[in-house]
Amino acid sequence: MAKTLYEKLWDSHVVRELADGTCLLYIDRQLVHEVTSPQAFAGLRARARTLWRQDANLAVADHNVPTQDRALGITDTTSRLQVEALEKNCRDFHVPLFAMNDIRQGIVHVMGPEQGATLPGMTIVCGDSHTSTHGAFGALAYGIGTSEVEQVLATQCLLQKRSRTMRVRLEGTLPTGAGAKDMALAVIGKLGTAGGTGHAIEFAGSAVRNLSMEGRMTLCNMAIEAGARAGMVAVDDTTIRYLEGRPFAPSGALWEQAVCAWRDCVSDTDAVFDSEWQIDVSALSPQVTYGTSPEMVVAVDGRVPDPAAERDGARREALASALTYMGLHPGTAITDIAIDVVFIGSCTNARLEDLRAAAGMIRGRRIAAHVRRALVVPGSGLVKRAAEAEGLDRIFKEAGFEWREPGCSMCLAMNADRLESGERCASTSNRNFEGRQGQGGRTHLVSPQMAAAAAIAGHFVDIRRDF
Amino acid sequence: MQRFERETGLVVPLDRLNVDTDAIIPKQFLKAVARTGFGANLFDNWRYLDHGEPGQETPRTPNPDFVLNKPRYQGASILLTRANFGCGSSREHAPWALLEYGIRAIVAPSFADIFYNNSLKNGLLPVVLPEAVIDTLFAAVEATVGYALTIDLRSEQVFANDTPIGTFTIDPFRKECLLEGLDDIGWTLAHEADIRRYEERRRREAPWLFAQAEGRS
Ligand code: SF4
Repeated sequence: MAKTLYEKLWDSHVVRELADGTCLLYIDRQLVHEVTSPQAFAGLRARARTLWRQDANLAVADHNVPTQDRALGITDTTSRLQVEALEKNCRDFHVPLFAMNDIRQGIVHVMGPEQGATLPGMTIVCGDSHTSTHGAFGALAYGIGTSEVEQVLATQCLLQKRSRTMRVRLEGTLPTGAGAKDMALAVIGKLGTAGGTGHAIEFAGSAVRNLSMEGRMTLCNMAIEAGARAGMVAVDDTTIRYLEGRPFAPSGALWEQAVCAWRDCVSDTDAVFDSEWQIDVSALSPQVTYGTSPEMVVAVDGRVPDPAAERDGARREALASALTYMGLHPGTAITDIAIDVVFIGSCTNARLEDLRAAAGMIRGRRIAAHVRRALVVPGSGLVKRAAEAEGLDRIFKEAGFEWREPGCSMCLAMNADRLESGERCASTSNRNFEGRQGQGGRTHLVSPQMAAAAAIAGHFVDIRRDF
Repeated sequence: MQRFERETGLVVPLDRLNVDTDAIIPKQFLKAVARTGFGANLFDNWRYLDHGEPGQETPRTPNPDFVLNKPRYQGASILLTRANFGCGSSREHAPWALLEYGIRAIVAPSFADIFYNNSLKNGLLPVVLPEAVIDTLFAAVEATVGYALTIDLRSEQVFANDTPIGTFTIDPFRKECLLEGLDDIGWTLAHEADIRRYEERRRREAPWLFAQAEGRS
């Protein structure tokens, strides 16, 4: 019978199936970070349990780490204790760890693929919702809670039920000014933040095939923002080319054998999905969110919508309260919204390609006088080094940006990088929830080019026209 | 895990769509390395007028307008809310905070997937009822001080004053775990031989999954 990619991945990992359809599912790779793992290791200790398979895990600290003055260590006590707990847990349980000053350290979802620790056909989990990123490699990857982190450490398995399948076809050639981030935001705008609930989404279509691995990761990264458990893209030459020679990827005869198997990490042509969507991207505009949920998104040449026009009562209230929080009036042109801070970073958009795209917008220009702060936080030490080798750091610094050490940084503001109350930020991250980038902070999600252009202009600009 | 069989309790209404995990428990409190201590910071940004940090000694200023702070809802153990509750991050700190505050069940039209799973694994029961029933419940809670519900897991029913007002479904396996207070790890380790057999087969079919991890880094 014809199968979708999701069904192939799922079926090849079922250890045992129960009468109600709950499956004991085998996990090939677990990525571990400092925030969601301490209680899991504590649970193992409390019951004197050991790891089922040490080598299936890979750890890194990213959420709490400082992005400046690494030589000083972590000055925030609670952050330091949490990072130290991770180091101790990894030592005690023999989990490979990239320490804070290792060049390979970075955001867990940037580091995994970069190392080739993310491979097609795998099941990959991490105590972090944006684990969906790794689905870009034709893998089944999703975020789990701490109880499940503990379970994978102890048993290499999870008890799960099959998701429904959804295919989102993105067809057409992307126009200039629009990229993977705009595709992701447009998909969420169309499906809504709960549109993918209970589903694993496969992104397909010519626009996806034409994306680089970086772009596919951006797209899959935000599948969770449409409520989906997982996002994925079928394997093709782009996938395989990206992986060849990566440290954790197989080599020699094993590489040949693996590539052969990976060619099957695609949906069969006559496979049936539970639901299908199609979006034409050939006229896609750069997207900007205006509210406190990623579905509150509009084209850059659009305007802030009016809650009064919303017929559903609960939605009307949600929109009205979002606009109050965001300090925006209905009808305001997006390009009239002035910004205070710019953040280029996060597991959505902090890879080399993203930094290149942003740097391309600012060469020889300066950030606007009223922009209080513009940060560039590379996704990993290796991204940072590669960017420096191309001179991107100089372009950013000359324009007035700060060039930082890798980590999650202002994506969720668990370290010192955060918005002040009332500040407005053009951010390349993935969530615009209330307080996400600092209490009272206002987040507008955009692509790296849009963020860079906003830094220069001091407000959002239609990069197709005005840049 | 805490067992769940039947809960009768006061209902507190949180009339918002898409309540996200950052709202349930803001990130600064995720720096803890223990499983406890989150209850006081549940809905922190809405519940208090001042900003809170973990381990803070100074007393907080409650926001009198936030529903959890209203005298009539003190002691509530059932949270009534809107669609897509728990969207956002995978933090299990969200169900930990709700449980520690005293919430045992959440009634909503829908939940975000990871939050739903995390709740079940901690003995916090997510109850899905149709949108129309939820609307009626919001009106009833608003109109009646002391409005309580009973949630019976065995029969998968919700009662108001012994009158059934809705049914919900829970996977049989999850239901069993909740009723018995069983945890997944214990269950899984009882099937150790199955896992070993799977690994042997997989090692033959896809040897790179085992070889590569030995770290050529
Ligand atoms: S960059 Fe942001 S979204 Fe990504 S893992 Fe870090 S905190 Fe989560």
